[in-house]
Amino acid sequence: MVKMGNPESISAEKVWSVLETVTDPEVPVLTIIDLGIVREVKVEDSRVEVIITPTYSGCPAMDVISMNIRLALLQEGIRDISVKQVLSPAWTTDWMTKAGRDKLQAYGIAPPQYKQVVCEPDAFAKEEAIQCPRCQSYNTRLVSQFGSTACKALYQCNDCHEPFDYFKCH
Amino acid sequence: MKNTINYLLHLADNSLIMAQRLSEWCGHGPILEQDIALSNIALDYVGQARNLYQYAAELKGEGTTEDSLAYLRNDREYLNCLLVELPNGDWAQTVLKIFFFSSYQYYLYQQLRQNGDERIAAIAEKSLKEVSYHLKWSSEWVIRLGDGTAESKRRMEMAIPELWSFTGELFEPVEYESGFTDPAQLKDSWNKKVETIFHEATLPVPAVTTWFQSGGKSGIHTEHLGYILAEMQVLQREHPGATW
Repeated sequence: MVKMGNPESISAEKVWSVLETVTDPEVPVLTIIDLGIVREVKVEDSRVEVIITPTYSGCPAMDVISMNIRLALLQEGIRDISVKQVLSPAWTTDWMTKAGRDKLQAYGIAPPQYKQVVCEPDAFAKEEAIQCPRCQSYNTRLVSQFGSTACKALYQCNDCHEPFDYFKCH
Repeated sequence: MKNTINYLLHLADNSLIMAQRLSEWCGHGPILEQDIALSNIALDYVGQARNLYQYAAELKGEGTTEDSLAYLRNDREYLNCLLVELPNGDWAQTVLKIFFFSSYQYYLYQQLRQNGDERIAAIAEKSLKEVSYHLKWSSEWVIRLGDGTAESKRRMEMAIPELWSFTGELFEPVEYESGFTDPAQLKDSWNKKVETIFHEATLPVPAVTTWFQSGGKSGIHTEHLGYILAEMQVLQREHPGATW
């Protein structure tokens, strides 16, 4: 049932807690807060503005995420909602929370490294040692820089042979 | 203002036509991982094109939208370089085209990141991160094929003359580009990058003084663009305003 919220009761903290329930449609274990794509929440009287930034320019999840933010806030009785996208500063995996990294690991996706090395364009640069999310071995190899979604690369573990996704540094 | 709109359209058209061409590979890549790589790269280009079209549409006003810019302009109104509209050819030709284009975009966006127009600077900053992946991926493939088997080297050596004469246009500014970039510096950085990678790939670097094709940036295209647009636009032309 939709609650009829009292506009005066809306606080930024409340909005942030509602956003905690909105997940990434492509990596459903992550909330948009874990991902670090919510940049700002502005509350003015009964008006709520949520500012988000895309992970990748062509990320098809962004439109769905915007809609889900709207739906989640509407469920709380908030009516005057605007969801705005900004590009700068550009999203980086450094903004992913510790909780988000742990959830990814448990889900079988290797979380992004803290120190970015792959964003350099040099050919055959030294590869990162990525930890296998299944057996924790660092003896893994890159299969492809591009994976099932824009934000992932494909790896395989040389020890347990598990193929896995790596949420690549960006 | 008119120059800014045309410049945005030029950048957006480059990305969109690259995307449309690369998506032809979907389901036809040599192996699954590389098929996925091309679709990912194409998706990045679509995203970049959308950001640019959205800004151009806002500046243009009068009900213009990103969709009307992509789906309802004719070939003479498209301002992309000829390079991006060329057919994919074989794997070597596709890889080489992405390498030429992504090394160009890499230096281009580095310059545009400093642009006084905040919106353009933001789009450039965002795109640059994606282009770095494209450049790394395509550089590695140029090296792998050039310095690979006799057959892969032969394919690369055939791809170079097919594409080379279309690279000059990237650095020949037309009127609306003035003030946005330093084309001489771009060309210099680009040539150095190509030399470095070709050297590592044991491929011959063509003379930089050869004659180059041009015209795309002024709307004068090869016969290929019309077919691309026909396929890309048919749905909106047949059923105006149709949505998923």
